Amino acid sequence: MSKLLMSGNAAIAEAAIRAGCAFYAGYPITPQNELTEYMALNLSRRKGCTFIQAESEISAINMVYGASVAGVRAMTSSSSPGISLKQEGISYLAACELPAVIVNMSRGGPGLGSISAAQSDYFQATRGGGHGDYRTIVLAPSSVQELADYTHRAFDLSDKYLIPVIILGDGMIGQMMEPVEFTHEAPEILPVRSRALRGAKGRPSRIIRTFTSNPSELEELNWSLFRRYQLIKKHETTSDTFMTDDARLIVVAFGIGARIARGAIKNARASGMKVGLFRPVTLWPFPAEKLQELAKTTRYFLDFEMNMGQMLDDVQLSLGNGAEVSFYGRPGGVIPTPSEVQRVITRLYHQNGLDAKK
Amino acid sequence: MKGSIQIDRELCKGCQLCIEFCPKVVIALYSRVNAAGYIPAMPSDMAECTGCGVCAIVCPEVAIEVYRE
Amino acid sequence: MKTVYTRPKSLKKRAYHYCPGCGHSIIHRLICEVIDEMKLQERTIGVPPPGCSVFAYHYFDVDMVESAHGRGAAVATGIKRVYPEGIVFTYQGDGDLAAIGTAETIHAANRGERITAIFVNNAVYGMTGGQMAPTTLNRMVTTTTPYGRDEKLEGYPIRISEMLALTRGAVYIERTAVNSPAHIQRTKRAIHKAFQTQIDDLGFALVEVLSPCPTNWKMTPVESWKWVDDVMSKEFPLGVIKDTTGEKRAD
Repeated sequence: MSKLLMSGNAAIAEAAIRAGCAFYAGYPITPQNELTEYMALNLSRRKGCTFIQAESEISAINMVYGASVAGVRAMTSSSSPGISLKQEGISYLAACELPAVIVNMSRGGPGLGSISAAQSDYFQATRGGGHGDYRTIVLAPSSVQELADYTHRAFDLSDKYLIPVIILGDGMIGQMMEPVEFTHEAPEILPVRSRALRGAKGRPSRIIRTFTSNPSELEELNWSLFRRYQLIKKHETTSDTFMTDDARLIVVAFGIGARIARGAIKNARASGMKVGLFRPVTLWPFPAEKLQELAKTTRYFLDFEMNMGQMLDDVQLSLGNGAEVSFYGRPGGVIPTPSEVQRVITRLYHQNGLDAKK
Repeated sequence: MKGSIQIDRELCKGCQLCIEFCPKVVIALYSRVNAAGYIPAMPSDMAECTGCGVCAIVCPEVAIEVYRE
Repeated sequence: MKTVYTRPKSLKKRAYHYCPGCGHSIIHRLICEVIDEMKLQERTIGVPPPGCSVFAYHYFDVDMVESAHGRGAAVATGIKRVYPEGIVFTYQGDGDLAAIGTAETIHAANRGERITAIFVNNAVYGMTGGQMAPTTLNRMVTTTTPYGRDEKLEGYPIRISEMLALTRGAVYIERTAVNSPAHIQRTKRAIHKAFQTQIDDLGFALVEVLSPCPTNWKMTPVESWKWVDDVMSKEFPLGVIKDTTGEKRAD
């Protein structure tokens, strides 16, 4: 399979089409419009597929809910303020155990914010985001290739566990162009879920609903969802490491932050510092165990994010008193440079006497 | 009636609407770009200008001042 | 020689960021001329939208508050209800007012909110790069209708002003354009009347202004101003759509 040069936004759309996505509803918002426009150009022309530019992000997520109810792979995309609008719909999808893929190409916030890349939707993505006790799987790609690969994985996970899956990207990987290789061809026959609502012919009628006038029923639903979440934690938690074997300081970063951190770490290594990177790929479920393993041999961690400290909570919860966790963040859509992160690494390294040991 | 106009060369974005709508055709394009990179309009044949003000009405940039006797 | 035309006082002296030939530039100026003539500057509060005119507060020298996309009518309602002495206007694009903001707009009109809505219709989503708007014309190519708007899939261009006229709370609705000296003067008179409707406490007033967007229509400014006459106003006829201000005055 040959490589194509594509923007991240376009790569997501192409990967979704190749994953058999049959329905896409979206709304214009910077910095993800290339995704919507790619779908308008390509998905609309595929037999049995639908592209809709909805009148709002709320309408779009509810259209996705409908498409999922009728059994097809469905996707919507937006950026931070639009994802806020979708929260009610996502809560409904989770409650009804409906698969769907939601793409967030994050931008600076809060409010109308900025159109520049940020990572300040971590809480929104990993703590449910909408009302009620639920979780969604959250994947954090850090390159255009990963955007393509994780989009495909998102649809598979969503269908397998009947849970909405969020792809948490950002404006930078969405708009940058890199070579991409697609491992799948678009299916000739679009997948349709077996327990969809398509008319009760030859079977008892099915109901999809979330409301109950019996709280005990709702309690049981919540317990059953959380049993499923345990399964997902066990089988799907994913993370990545870079030069952690002999690291005395480990940077914890996700998505575009991890790309920037890699640059900083390479430079730090070149000047003799033993630094590594731990990169959560599934933000939910958060790879706490892998992080705890690293803390057995490394005491110092630098949580680096483009926000005011959100993944920081998960890092601190995972490590407790077993490690020293520092934080470096830039909010608002400011893109830190590798040299700036390298300076923070250098300062921490020397402050904690990591150059003197052994 | 005698009139004249002044066009702020740096505010002008060279949209040419004043040229299009001027009933006397007394506005033309300048020979060089301004600081923003646009080719601005400039008053050209003020002897014929009546100060009707149509150019200022259509100018999006409020770049034109109109005078009349 | 005396000065026949000069910049209105409430229009800040600052270069516009709008494209050459953009309707926003004209409409901002007309609203400021009206604010000056009616002496409203000190009690006016404006509500601009996300969109090309998100920076409207750089130009209008009045109090202004940004609203979330589409929610202008609701924000304006909140302001006017607690501060009825204020003159409150929204300034909204076609996506803002007639797509994501449809519910807020219809209900503010239905409640007869004493606000003035300036509705800038350029048939496209400008700031985000030229996607389809609810008012995009049939067969029009945009970045999300790359094959041309197809009414079977995307529906018809929406005539929101005619729809709003059906609400009994809306008392003055007119559609104008800013693509010629005569139309520009007509727009100014309509804006004047829309503010007067609020001052006279009669009900909801809206002026829909057909506004050229040379960049996203892929035309020169002169071509785009012609296109409003040749094509756009055939779909969106100019004129007074509703005027029950006389009856309301008599009540």
